[in-house]
Amino acid sequence: MSLLEHSQPAFDHRVVVDPEHAARRQLREQIARLEHDLVSTATSAHPHLPLPSIAGRAGPRLLALGELEAVRDDLALRVSDLRAVRARHADEQAAKRLLIERMLLDPGQYRYYRVCNEEIGEPGCKHWHVRPRLGIIGMLAGWWHVKISSGCPLAWGPWRSPRPRIL
Amino acid sequence: MTGGGEPQEGHVEAAVAEELPGLRLWWMAVAAGEQPSSPELKERLRDLSSRFRGAQAVALRTKPIPHAYRVFFRHIGLDPDVARVPVEETVVQRLKDGEFRSRSVLRDALTIAVMETNVPVWALDADAVDGELEVRRAAEHEPLGRGDDRAPWLPGGRLVVADAAGPVAVLFGDVSASHHPTAGTRRSVLFSLQVDGVPAIHVSEALWTVADIVEDGGAP
Repeated sequence: MSLLEHSQPAFDHRVVVDPEHAARRQLREQIARLEHDLVSTATSAHPHLPLPSIAGRAGPRLLALGELEAVRDDLALRVSDLRAVRARHADEQAAKRLLIERMLLDPGQYRYYRVCNEEIGEPGCKHWHVRPRLGIIGMLAGWWHVKISSGCPLAWGPWRSPRPRIL
Repeated sequence: MTGGGEPQEGHVEAAVAEELPGLRLWWMAVAAGEQPSSPELKERLRDLSSRFRGAQAVALRTKPIPHAYRVFFRHIGLDPDVARVPVEETVVQRLKDGEFRSRSVLRDALTIAVMETNVPVWALDADAVDGELEVRRAAEHEPLGRGDDRAPWLPGGRLVVADAAGPVAVLFGDVSASHHPTAGTRRSVLFSLQVDGVPAIHVSEALWTVADIVEDGGAP
């Protein structure tokens, strides 16, 4: 297998004398950093945040300084918005975690409250549910407890065995 | 179209190279067209489908090579969440269809290459290509492709892959209808675009992956 070598010499940025060219290069570096921030912010949360789309600029072409600035400013704005959304989600998730603690400490005060994994930013189908012990007897006697679900439903359903039966 | 056997570097217009110094064009000729895929190639595509999960799709854009193409898209005025980078486009199609659908030896090989290396490869009918490929800016009202009066006109400055006779594809966009490989195509030209942050070895691997698959018709 042959390797592709760079036969063209890389462009040497040090010899750039045109200030506008240098400004465009800096803007491209800023755009690269912002794109990284945008993607890492969106994917670091659970559930993942949708990436906001930014209008394209009439197909692939070399962008002028003003256009690069507009791309950079749009990206910066979206990164900032996405971080605000992520912070709000984090606060909501922290509040739900605190609620679970309180449910566990005093289930009687949180009758029938239910919190699922997604609400605390975790994957999976587990949920915490405050329910009466022994059904209606516990309801009348004030015996409440937190039931923790056993996870996601089986893919093959409860009526089928995962393994073939040997008769 | 001359050349074949080894990847060759295409010319990049000086003004484009100055603004986008990491951009490289690589191409090679292979003996392949839109013939039906062999059962082995279809099986390989099915294996690739079953190895791919939704969680990987989400994580894809954080990987270095797709990220490099996303950044490049921003640099040339495209939004990678609207005009997706090729590997993400392939993944979205996989999620929509529920599998990588087999279409022909060449197209299946292109799908496998982009999924295994994250580097896009495009194919052209070698008989329709005149001379060597280059990346340049289109002139005002230059047609995309030839041999068809309905060929779309390009606005001036649009970045294109062109041969000696004119543009054959928009950069990371549509390939001219007159240059698409067909069932009658016997030789194709593969080309790939390397951008800043993408190691040359990955581009080489992508081109050779396609070449190897089409040469043996998809047998492992």
